[in-house]
Amino acid sequence: MEKQLFNYLLRLADSSLILGHRLSEWCGHGPVLEEDIALTNIALDFVGRTNSLYEYAGKVEGKGRTEDDLAYLRTEREFFNNLLSEQPNGDYAQTILRQYLTDAFEIHFYEALTKSKDETLAGIAAKSLKEIQYHLRHSSSWMLRLGDGTKESNTRLQNSLNEIYRFTGSLFETDENDSVLIAGGIVPELTGIQQQWQKDVDTMLEKAMLNKPENVWMQKGCLQGKHTENLGYILAEMQSLHRAYPGVNW
Amino acid sequence: MTTKEVKTLLSQIPDPEIPVITIEELGILRDVSFENDECVVTITPTYSGCPAMKAIEQDITALLKENGIEKVKVKSVFSPAWTTDWLTEVAKEKLRKYGISPPAKTSSDKSILTGIQKVVKCPLCNSENTELVSQFGSTACKALYKCKDCLEPFDLFKCH
Repeated sequence: MEKQLFNYLLRLADSSLILGHRLSEWCGHGPVLEEDIALTNIALDFVGRTNSLYEYAGKVEGKGRTEDDLAYLRTEREFFNNLLSEQPNGDYAQTILRQYLTDAFEIHFYEALTKSKDETLAGIAAKSLKEIQYHLRHSSSWMLRLGDGTKESNTRLQNSLNEIYRFTGSLFETDENDSVLIAGGIVPELTGIQQQWQKDVDTMLEKAMLNKPENVWMQKGCLQGKHTENLGYILAEMQSLHRAYPGVNW
Repeated sequence: MTTKEVKTLLSQIPDPEIPVITIEELGILRDVSFENDECVVTITPTYSGCPAMKAIEQDITALLKENGIEKVKVKSVFSPAWTTDWLTEVAKEKLRKYGISPPAKTSSDKSILTGIQKVVKCPLCNSENTELVSQFGSTACKALYKCKDCLEPFDLFKCH
């Protein structure tokens, strides 16, 4: 089961790293100081979680790869993050929406993961869950403020929703790799989590006076390493230092 | 040195971001043991991305080296997850004097998980007439508040 667990850990870690990196792009560019600090704090939580997941993945794989090796020395096709995480920050509405859709998923997913029979994974999940509660509270309050705000803020949020909703299906991608782990009680089954997520999201969209896009074709492919073109640009920037100076250390 | 002596020694190390309390009072220092001649110190982060962990690790290694322990391994664990319940009353009082409103209730109180801490006291004038400015403050473990009576902004150590 090591191989499957390794793959699964990479998927979790990659999604966490890419979204964390995206959020960190707001550093020094936030619309107000408090939000600049909030987003970078959240970014830190994501990157911290990534660190533990990669560290554990390296241990499970047993080839001596460190968290840095896993983050900096793989190409686009070897990354398995969900497609939502790599979408551009856009305006503040898009960043908040991407975050809310992710937080609403993670709150249920990581709660289920705390019951994993794998103690290390359950430990990382318990730690993350505490942080996700803050993330969700933050993104939810901004969803309401922007959605039920001015005509301009509502329009922007609605436009973002129309643009990125098609990547939410990627949060629930699963394959035969997972079934072994699900059967072993290591990771949760996603069907129930998806239903809870959908219910929460529908309620939120209504409260925020937004229309859920109809007949959306969900974009998928992250488990095969198929991504939108955004990922390549993120990796190019994120990995450039490590590629130029292999093995560089602070 | 015995593990107890090492613990006493390490309990003097101040937290790099909130230097009025020590890493022991904060609950970051979890365990000390010896594996052969190597001293293994176990610590746990307040938040998983806490940037102070590296600094704490260096402080531990340096202090032990000064005291003649050359082989040191600092292990960081996530489980059991750190909680503000580990803060002692003495530590909370130190925080308040330092200008940081301490977490009032225990994290097992469900209202903490679903809502924002209801009563937050201003650490300067003790007023309960305060308002949340931002859930995220100067460090990951703090939120930003404002006192509506003395008008001073202050940090709240988030209940976690």
